[in-house]
Amino acid sequence: MGRLLNFTPGVGFFGLILPPELFHIMKKTHVVILVAIAAGIMILLSFMGDLSTYETLASARQKEGKTVTVITQLDKSVPVPIEYDAVKNPNLTKFHVVDSLGNKAQVMYYFEKPMDMEKSDRIVLKGKMKGDVFEISRKDGILIKCPSKYKDDPKAAYNNLTTKS
Amino acid sequence: MNYIGEHLFPGQLGHFLVVLSFIASLIATIAYYKSAQAVIPDDAARWKKLGRMAFAVDFASILIVFAIIFYLIWNHYFEYYYVYNHSDISLEPKYLLSSIWEGQEGSFLLWAVWHGVLGMILMRTAKKWEAPVMTVISFAQLVLATMVLGLYVFDLKVGSSPFLFTRDQFADAPIFQRADYLSLSSMQDGRGLNQLLQNYWMVIHPPILFLGFASTIVPFAYATAGLWKKDFGGWTKDALPWSLFSAAILGLGIMMGAKWAYESLTFGGYWAWDPVENASLVPWLIMIAGLHTQLVYNSTGHSLRPTYFFFILSFILILYSSYLTKSGDLQDTSVHAFTGSGMNWQLRLFVAAFALPSLFLFIKRYKQIPTIAKEESTYSREFWMFIGSLVLLLSGMYIITATSLPVLNKIFGTNWVIGEDREFAYNRILIFVAIVLGLLTAFTQFLKYKNTAKKEFLKKILPATVIAAAIAAAISIWGGINYDKYGMGFLFSIHLAIFAGVYAVIANADYIRVGLKGKLKAAGASVAHIGFGMMLVGMLISSSKTEVLSRNFLNPLDFGPEAKEKGVENMTLYQGVKMDMGKYWVTYVRDSTTAKNKMYYFMVEFESKDGKEKFTLKPDLIKNTKGQEQYSNNPDAKHYLTRDVFSYISAADKLAEGPDTAQFKSHIAKVGDTIFYSTGLMRFDSVTVNPNNDKHKFTSNDTAVMANFTLITRDQRKLRANPVFYLEDGQPRYAIDTVFSQSMAIALSPSEKQGYFNIGVKESSKLVPFVGLKVLQFPFINLVWLGTVIMVIGTGMAVVWRARRLK
Repeated sequence: MGRLLNFTPGVGFFGLILPPELFHIMKKTHVVILVAIAAGIMILLSFMGDLSTYETLASARQKEGKTVTVITQLDKSVPVPIEYDAVKNPNLTKFHVVDSLGNKAQVMYYFEKPMDMEKSDRIVLKGKMKGDVFEISRKDGILIKCPSKYKDDPKAAYNNLTTKS
Repeated sequence: MNYIGEHLFPGQLGHFLVVLSFIASLIATIAYYKSAQAVIPDDAARWKKLGRMAFAVDFASILIVFAIIFYLIWNHYFEYYYVYNHSDISLEPKYLLSSIWEGQEGSFLLWAVWHGVLGMILMRTAKKWEAPVMTVISFAQLVLATMVLGLYVFDLKVGSSPFLFTRDQFADAPIFQRADYLSLSSMQDGRGLNQLLQNYWMVIHPPILFLGFASTIVPFAYATAGLWKKDFGGWTKDALPWSLFSAAILGLGIMMGAKWAYESLTFGGYWAWDPVENASLVPWLIMIAGLHTQLVYNSTGHSLRPTYFFFILSFILILYSSYLTKSGDLQDTSVHAFTGSGMNWQLRLFVAAFALPSLFLFIKRYKQIPTIAKEESTYSREFWMFIGSLVLLLSGMYIITATSLPVLNKIFGTNWVIGEDREFAYNRILIFVAIVLGLLTAFTQFLKYKNTAKKEFLKKILPATVIAAAIAAAISIWGGINYDKYGMGFLFSIHLAIFAGVYAVIANADYIRVGLKGKLKAAGASVAHIGFGMMLVGMLISSSKTEVLSRNFLNPLDFGPEAKEKGVENMTLYQGVKMDMGKYWVTYVRDSTTAKNKMYYFMVEFESKDGKEKFTLKPDLIKNTKGQEQYSNNPDAKHYLTRDVFSYISAADKLAEGPDTAQFKSHIAKVGDTIFYSTGLMRFDSVTVNPNNDKHKFTSNDTAVMANFTLITRDQRKLRANPVFYLEDGQPRYAIDTVFSQSMAIALSPSEKQGYFNIGVKESSKLVPFVGLKVLQFPFINLVWLGTVIMVIGTGMAVVWRARRLK
């Protein structure tokens, strides 16, 4: 009793990955846990395959065509940092960004302009470099961080108090 | 300085009560600990009495603190920073409550209030487990109280007080030099509640979610008590209604959050695998795992060790999720994490204060926890319930690991991030979890504990299997589920998971008939499982068949070969112009605005081309609060029984800031010439002298000339434009013609060149009201909500059933 021989429905499957003599010495629970570990490792490996790393715009350029994540800011040195005209094309937002090392790039985002983009202090981009242009083809490929999205912005409140008094 | 008009008393009282709750919970912790450790029964009783009193004082204090904050917000006492920062005068009364839980201090208090309620109930019901269980809960109250203390111990800030004055927060702002600063205009109103939280779900979702969070401490406390008192198996029956309750409420809270996200955010759905969502989902998965192994133990004596592990882990994960969302570590990966609050050390300590002792006890006593050497039979219910729990654990670990990448990066100095497609990184794994859990949910109840006669099992489950297979096959064949974006393997998995979900629904419904002989009182589990199956089916169908209705192939003509994939989800609608949107005709009729332009409503009429359906959607834009200038989206949906038509405004001329800066571009042309503009061309057909038509009434005495243009747009429509130049009292005048749908203005003036004219063309987005609209269709999304409700009802039935059986 308690030996894996009773576990007939599973032997065929487990037999593929485990040597048969194991079934005589191992308890079913052990097998279950082994399978769970194997599944865990497989899942982890496939997850590792999904990972990418944070890049700078310069290193993204070297990995042209590969999906990368870059933390950037709007490039305010350009006269018009964000171009979006829903009348001409509601599905294209072009904007210019600069990363922390001062690398610059133009971004093509094939969706509407996020509402709070102008006021952002950080923009996290997920996409691919194509030539000189960073292309984002998923709507969630852009994450806007505003100074006061959820958490209160004491500085803005301070300014508010000082200017109106 | 003596400031004029401040309401000092409520704040002082509040401060006092926070400190009181801190001291009371400290006393309660010590007293309950002493009671639990006492050898002499009289000692135990005396300490317990003190513990009860102290806990009641703590509960009352927190309740009053909560009430004071509400009072301050209700009366708009903006001298308090919490009021100033989280509310304003124009807020509707129901949202004044939301203001409390917008801030961290309020959410900690809410949590503590629920602990208090649960503790008061446990005092009456826990009997011999009261002392050790309440020691744990009192200790949690102690830690929560430090979160709102707002004291400085040397240079270290401990907690953040909700009763801080605005003038203390901004000590060096000049207005506070004046004693009468409260009478200044800038102090007459607060900064408001975040516009996205001004939604009725945000009134109800946080209290329910926090009750869910709070409730996970009860099974945890029982498990810790069992390890501590070395009464390893004595608590599991008593704690069963609590783990069921926790599963129901936490599940409900999470799904209410999902409903809020669906109604007020614009990612198009209710679940985005956002870290903040994941952080509350994972403890629930682990709680469900623990609940099932607990049931196994109660009936068979197996699986006690995993039960301990799951309940301890579930609560630690709750604390960890609080750390994740409040520490600011998730800023770059989540849309709605808080930014850091400078209290990270305290939040980490909170996790450690519970994780270390409980895990230490668990490891130390692990060998002493009784197990049964004999193995579960393959034809037993407990074996498959254990497998299910293991799958839940694995999936939970997967989700939390992926969610914790920013934290792992911090620890290991790496910079990993999930690649481009975050949702698929999760969905790819979770689809298999759904299949396995669906199947287990379907057949496991048909197995008896310990052992089942194979023939009997097969006989009983056959009808449900056949019916489910038939329904699932029908859905697969006629349901049009062809989500092949990720290949045939994934599509096949979706079909399989739909079968598993349907099977779970049918089999559990049938089990009420076959297994329970229709005895509904005891059918809580089956009802909850039916709900779970429905949720699965609803999630799979609504997600895999989500359809973008506002597909726009008119504008992006120069996208080249990839045009299909790029930029087609928004359509631009001009006011009053009927547009073609798939099976609908859509017209942007008008817009309206509320006081102070706080909200813009856009009325958009939908009419199906077969004329059978007609409805109006009113998506709106809400002005951002907290001194920000932009607007936020607030979607609107038409709910049908079997589908939702969901829409939001992606752009609007109302959002454009500043004056119209577009310039007329001058062309010199003669009749027969063609002029190109950015999205089409215009042909100069002819000239009419002194036109006399609907618009212009010139006579032969005037000097007027009208140009006749034919515009050919990109989508091959032909439009007319007729600008006029004339003289009035000898002065030149221009009647400019505007072509709204091309957002163009055309002017005409004479040229020096004989037979030529000056044609001015201005293209501007500010000529005509327009909106950019995105419209999505979610089929059978109601199954998700209905499934949730049924699951919660079923679990509630089980709570009642199990609690009654204890008596």
